[in-house]
Amino acid sequence: MNILTQPWPWYVSGPLIGLMVPILLIVGNKTFGISSSLRHICAACIPGKAEFFKYDWKAESWNLIFALGIVLGGLVAGYFFANPNPIQISEATVADLSSMGIKDFSGLVPNDIFNFHSLLTVKGFLLMIAGGFFVGFGTRYAGGCTSGHSIMGMSNLQLPSLIATICFFVGGLAMPWFVLPWIMSL
Amino acid sequence: MNKIKFLALGFIFGVILIKAEVISWFRIREMFRFQAFQMYGIIGSAVVIGIISVFMIKKYNIKTIKGEEIKIEPKKFSIGNIIGGLMFGLGWAMTGACPGPLYALVGSGLVVIIVVLLSAIFGTWVYGLLKNKLPH
Repeated sequence: MNILTQPWPWYVSGPLIGLMVPILLIVGNKTFGISSSLRHICAACIPGKAEFFKYDWKAESWNLIFALGIVLGGLVAGYFFANPNPIQISEATVADLSSMGIKDFSGLVPNDIFNFHSLLTVKGFLLMIAGGFFVGFGTRYAGGCTSGHSIMGMSNLQLPSLIATICFFVGGLAMPWFVLPWIMSL
Repeated sequence: MNKIKFLALGFIFGVILIKAEVISWFRIREMFRFQAFQMYGIIGSAVVIGIISVFMIKKYNIKTIKGEEIKIEPKKFSIGNIIGGLMFGLGWAMTGACPGPLYALVGSGLVVIIVVLLSAIFGTWVYGLLKNKLPH
């Protein structure tokens, strides 16, 4: 049971993630990418006139089925076989987050902020609602996310994907170094 | 039935994301603060395996299981790679999750992440409305 509940080291999980690239190509001639599923959901569920959502999303339904599979994988590995111990976070991370008022390090997200109650606070609204909006808007504007650009695109040695990945990191670095301390002080 | 294989592959990917702990908000923060190697090891080794795989597929002209030619569309550069990339980076560090982990987190029982996912869908929808007005 330990093998099922314990986390896997990076040198096991990283190569397994990389193998999704050839498996999807060989099994279905599909390029690895997750964020397109958000577009298909819009095309399928939200009525509107925008040309961007007028296409045959059913032809891309594999991507939605893959996303559903991720939810089920998350349910089995993250709920039924959840790691009983808190994630081993580096002391430096615990220390600098504690100084910003985060107390609960037991979950996958800081439960102090990521809960329904704090959706109505400025912090919670910014981190969850504005953050989610940036993820959805940004990935589509950038033409892909960590899977589509950083893994699939870089595996195919695409320069736009390298540029996008560098920008993901620049944006990602700016948040904890400059913006988050300000958000947490609100 | 033909599509059930994608459900199985998504399932496997979801399990890997949880076991790799890349769905942890704290892990993402560690990465951006250079406080742990884990995330760099994961993304780096995934890309190395991906590069080798795509190289082999091209070099040996490997076909799909149905015998089709494997096609990978090239990515075209647009200024959106930069502006959208910066936006997504901010969102990634705020929510601690990119789209794949959002699905896995919802599955793991973090119901509040459905709100983040809905907000991401809304963000994609707003992009679709504004697309023609944005520089590309």
